[in-house]
Amino acid sequence: MTVTPLLERDTLDSVAARIRSHVVDMCAGPEGGHLGGAFSCADVLTALYFSVLNVDPDRPDDPERDRFLLSKGHAAVGLYATLAERGFFPVGELAGYGRPGSRLMGHPVRAVPGVELPTGSLGHGLALGCGFALAARYAGRASRTFVLLGDGELQEGSVWEAAIAAASLRLDRLIAVVDRNGLQLTGATEGIAPMEPLAERWRSFGWAVRDVDGHDPARLAEHLGAAPWEPGKPSVLIARTVKGQGLPFLAGRSASHYVTLSPRNHARAINALRATETAG
Amino acid sequence: MSRATREAYRDGLLSALDRHPELICLDSDTGLFGADHVAAAGDQYLNLGIAEHNLMGIAAGMAACGRIPFVNTMAAFATSRALEAIKIDIAYNRLPVRIMATHGGLAAGHLGPTHQALEDLAVLRVLPGMTVVVPADAAATEAFVEQSLNLAGPLYVRLGRKPTPELPAAPPPIIGQAQTLRQGGDVVLVSCGPYPVLACLAAADMLAEQGIEATVLNMHTLRPFDTETLVAAARPATLVVTLEEHWRSGGLGGAVAEALAERAPIRVLRLGMPDQFVDEVGNQEHLVAHYDLTAERVVRTVRTTLDAAARSGMADRETVTV
Repeated sequence: MTVTPLLERDTLDSVAARIRSHVVDMCAGPEGGHLGGAFSCADVLTALYFSVLNVDPDRPDDPERDRFLLSKGHAAVGLYATLAERGFFPVGELAGYGRPGSRLMGHPVRAVPGVELPTGSLGHGLALGCGFALAARYAGRASRTFVLLGDGELQEGSVWEAAIAAASLRLDRLIAVVDRNGLQLTGATEGIAPMEPLAERWRSFGWAVRDVDGHDPARLAEHLGAAPWEPGKPSVLIARTVKGQGLPFLAGRSASHYVTLSPRNHARAINALRATETAG
Repeated sequence: MSRATREAYRDGLLSALDRHPELICLDSDTGLFGADHVAAAGDQYLNLGIAEHNLMGIAAGMAACGRIPFVNTMAAFATSRALEAIKIDIAYNRLPVRIMATHGGLAAGHLGPTHQALEDLAVLRVLPGMTVVVPADAAATEAFVEQSLNLAGPLYVRLGRKPTPELPAAPPPIIGQAQTLRQGGDVVLVSCGPYPVLACLAAADMLAEQGIEATVLNMHTLRPFDTETLVAAARPATLVVTLEEHWRSGGLGGAVAEALAERAPIRVLRLGMPDQFVDEVGNQEHLVAHYDLTAERVVRTVRTTLDAAARSGMADRETVTV
């Protein structure tokens, strides 16, 4: 297996734009979807799948592969769009999202090629990721494990159980990313359960920390590609993001958390994405 | 001779580690493995600390990568605190994690309701794909550890704490197959776990002295449930009595009632812990006696029920005569 070559900055940006476009289409379906959180992590997903992860859609079970877990499983529409763009299954299948007969459930399921384990209940991914990283170490493999967490998810105590374990076990091939969009379902995370200074919190748990712009796929890829950043320590990238990033009428609003786009808003969203792409 | 089932598990696992490099023991600081055991297990043992959700999650992640984790925790923490991780991370993915849960039932004794598990069997037997077993003695525990090496999905094993008596010699039980310890045509006594199975065997002896013949089933596997053996035993009988160290709802008695209601309707009386949290102080044997999970209770229950049925039958005949 060969590592996917690093894509050029422009290419990564256009991939991220296509992922957002797919998400908009899925959220215009009958069930709607978690648009805001999928948009906030779209650039992280792009960096991971198009630059960092050692994965091969033709050999999804390769034991040497890197592993990714979407611990904030509600961003499934973002993951599905990314996996389809990366070639794990046809892009056309995304149109079935949430509909009878499709395998694309509202939270990631193993039936979808490229999904390692199902997620959706918050606070599960980091412990599973510790298990992946530990198993890789026992097997003598160099593969890495990446876990994408929501910032609201950090309110789950099991995240910190796993954070303690990862540092204690010196799992330096485990890399967490926190999608720090600052919003959860009903409002601002800092208003509901303050987590700042977040970087300090992770550092105090024994993790190597970087606190960066979460909407620059090329820079994200450089950071994630370089992990582990400190030998013997797990790494956490705090990706500063905006919920609903890319859609002026939803960006930065907790109302973007779960959206069923009307035909009119679907058109607005597509136009907004095109305008962004053109401007970029 | 008596031996703790949890120690039988530990020793059985230690003897299997060499032969099976894919096995790994993940502990939550239960203290079951002493320094010598840890040294013997080498890198196939890890103490992950007091964090049961994390324990189950890491076990699931490792199992998804080809390892077979045996996780050590107490039954109360496995099935209440870490239930969601068992449900979502382990059972949903059908991963071969072995949940070795000590202090099952009343085994925690004087440690009280925080450490007792009187709901574990009810909770876990509803999860699709779970195998749920309750070894009645050390020999059965060793047999189950060995059989688990060839089991595809997740497994929950309810273990005890202190030494409990060995059952009379019998062929080793097989996961998924009820063990018929005695045959008799009048009543069926169904139980699982050390004290309940011994109580039913003693009750069968006492009933025989009164002319009542009992089949005694050691229903050590609650899932998959051996309905066929139960139905065959129940067909000639007039009464089924279950006995367990578990709240009366949802556990062994519940499973027996469900199976028989659908396949062979018969009167089922469920004996178990009353609908309350334990408020008595004492060790497991004391609590078993205090809450009357005893042979005498089984005999009383059978006699009372059969006598009432006989009186009712006589009354019916008299009515017909009149």
